[in-house]
Amino acid sequence: MSATISPSQSISTGSPQAVPEISAAEIDASCRAPVMLLFLSAAGWVLASSFFGIIASLKFHKPVMLADYSWLTYGRVHPAASNALVYGFGLQAGLGVLLWLVAHLGRTKLASAPLVIAGWLFWNVGVTLGILGIIGGDSTGYEMLELPRYASVPMFFGYLGIGLAGMLTFHQRRERELYISQWFLLAALFWFPWIYSSANLLLVAKPVRGVMQAVIDAWYANNLTTVWFGLVGLGAAFYLIPKITKRPLASHYLGLFTFWTLIIFGSWSRVPAGAPVPAWLPALSTFAAVLTLVPILAVAVNVKQTLCGYSGSEGCNPALKFIAFGMAAYVLSGLMSVGASLGRVSKITNFTWFVPAQMQLVIYGFFAMTMFGAIYYIVPKLTQREFCKPKMVAAHFWLAMLGIVLYAAPLAIGGVKQGLALNDAKTPFLDVVTGTLPFLRASTTGDLLMAVGHLIFLMNLAGLLVKLGHASYKTAMSLNTKAAGVAS
Amino acid sequence: MNPGPLVFLATFFALATSWLGFVVMPQLQIGRQQQVEIKDTGEMYPARRPGLAKQGEEVYRANGCYYCHSQQVRPLGFGTDVARGWGARPSPVQSVAQDYLYDQPVMLGSQRVGPDLTNIGLRQTNEVWLLSHLYNPQLTSKGSTMPPYPFLFMKSKLALGEKPSPNAVFVVNGPKENYEILPTDKAKALVAYLGSLHSEAIVFETPPFPSTNAPAASTNAPVIATATNSVPTNSPAK
Ligand code: HEC
Repeated sequence: MSATISPSQSISTGSPQAVPEISAAEIDASCRAPVMLLFLSAAGWVLASSFFGIIASLKFHKPVMLADYSWLTYGRVHPAASNALVYGFGLQAGLGVLLWLVAHLGRTKLASAPLVIAGWLFWNVGVTLGILGIIGGDSTGYEMLELPRYASVPMFFGYLGIGLAGMLTFHQRRERELYISQWFLLAALFWFPWIYSSANLLLVAKPVRGVMQAVIDAWYANNLTTVWFGLVGLGAAFYLIPKITKRPLASHYLGLFTFWTLIIFGSWSRVPAGAPVPAWLPALSTFAAVLTLVPILAVAVNVKQTLCGYSGSEGCNPALKFIAFGMAAYVLSGLMSVGASLGRVSKITNFTWFVPAQMQLVIYGFFAMTMFGAIYYIVPKLTQREFCKPKMVAAHFWLAMLGIVLYAAPLAIGGVKQGLALNDAKTPFLDVVTGTLPFLRASTTGDLLMAVGHLIFLMNLAGLLVKLGHASYKTAMSLNTKAAGVAS
Repeated sequence: MNPGPLVFLATFFALATSWLGFVVMPQLQIGRQQQVEIKDTGEMYPARRPGLAKQGEEVYRANGCYYCHSQQVRPLGFGTDVARGWGARPSPVQSVAQDYLYDQPVMLGSQRVGPDLTNIGLRQTNEVWLLSHLYNPQLTSKGSTMPPYPFLFMKSKLALGEKPSPNAVFVVNGPKENYEILPTDKAKALVAYLGSLHSEAIVFETPPFPSTNAPAASTNAPVIATATNSVPTNSPAK
């Protein structure tokens, strides 16, 4: 029955219809090139993001640092870092994981790999142009949507190519019953083109007037981080946790419930109270933000019950570690965002470093960590090789985990302190500013650890590829000599 | 049953609701705002930015000043926005949608690493202060964490006895070299933009304090006097 399908069953048990089975290895082979391309460039971008992030962070140690170059000024490297993380890494890693999952859950090969590869090319050309554009001063000025038009247009078409391949793969699936993850992933496929085209049309191509721009920007940013990242991250986790632990997801219905509540309440905007907009907007936003407690708690219960009492030998599975941490960060960041939307707390945290701390916990702590885990699970299957140095995978985990904790915790604490000081009119502004410096400087440690982690991540992936390339070179050579032997 | 279409419909309805509620509805409500006439002065509000200030808005956007500076003063009761002197309206309501009609893009900002700049045009009218601050914030605000923007300026050597240009932000007469710091067009435009940042007009949405207990009924000066951590050269604009 659909209610009890677990991904392990859906792949291992035969379907009753007499369709010829497609083996997991065949599915992996069909995904290999396109998905690996997405993962590799994602790994490149997350490293680039670290690079910009560290420069931005250093400005709080010494404002004059690299001040002579316009392209390295804080207001450019900071958005370059966040855009490289969100669009370079987040969307690409998410799409790669999504395609692989949709193919496996549908027990079908990836449809039209060339479409994915073309999409990948467009996407990366777009992101590259866009990041260079931001560095050159061409940012649009809308937070989370800074990439200029000459970047967003190729990116949009790139996404359409990849998304279309995802849809075709879903359409030709041989397993008609849907596993819960497919709900999440399918919704994500639709979600992005709608919000991205809407936001770009109304803000960049033919901008609406006045403060409506800020309203639409908030709507877009919230839909991207809460809904798209939420859908892909949870969709992947609901597949991978049962798969790795070999236990079914505790509750299919709770998963469905999460899906519905997330897409309904999560998609309402995040306009902070006190913003210069009609009062019902922040009021409704707060209401919806409180309701997002429902999907957050549903995830917490579901994951906890699935893992409850689990102490299998897979406990040290690095992919599982990443994903478990991602789920914890999901719940924590969700609670932080609910808290920060409540009237009294929002008066303190609004405009402080608490907000970026929460944001980074969603984008990195939850989403990126879950994607790292998924990639470490998927890549050995794609390449049919194990990672050369499992220790290096573990090292990546520890660096990333410590990194995000050491990044987000000081900023969150410092942010509350900053908010309290700001709200005390007797504290001179400059004192408020200098009060945040120790926290900002501490968070640089987190940036550095994450950067080393990303370097290792890229090396881990590249190492596998070299191994793979080496092996296929050898087989090609031996085939060659055989062929030569036959010919002579 | 094939649940594929159901997932599609669910997604469609959830997203459509959110889109109608948070994009279309507010657009219908405030998207068609027009300039309004101010009762006292008969001027139209908000004014369009003159050309140079418009160029300065581009410089402000390109260099991402809004990652550190907000441009929205929250109403009385929200933090200390008013007590810190960031607001200029003798009203409990401060920033309103009307103020942003001609901003392109609207850069409300989400962080207050630096002070709110909604009314910097009233608070700091000294252009030389603004330019020196941009060149190196330490010159005007010791201990500031704001990054310097030397790339918006030109350093020009002065021959012995040569007169500095009247535009010079400052002149250095060292034992070894003499030079002056001149603002580029971008710096001038940026300062013009900062000067254009003010929203003190009383409009429909910002009813003035009832006159009996008005803390700042007739002039902005008392509000502005507490405005800033910087030099005391602030004078109300009008
Ligand atoms: C890294 C954060 C940061 C960035 C980026 C930044 N500022 Fe600042 N800014 C500050 C801080 C902190 C202060 C308060 C201390 C001071 O006066 O220097 C400040 C103060 C100011 C002031 C004086 C405000 C007052 O009330 O006296 C002005 C004007 C200003 N900034 C303009 C700008 C402009 C224009 C840009 C972009 C070119 C910019 N800032 C970019 C942090 C920043």
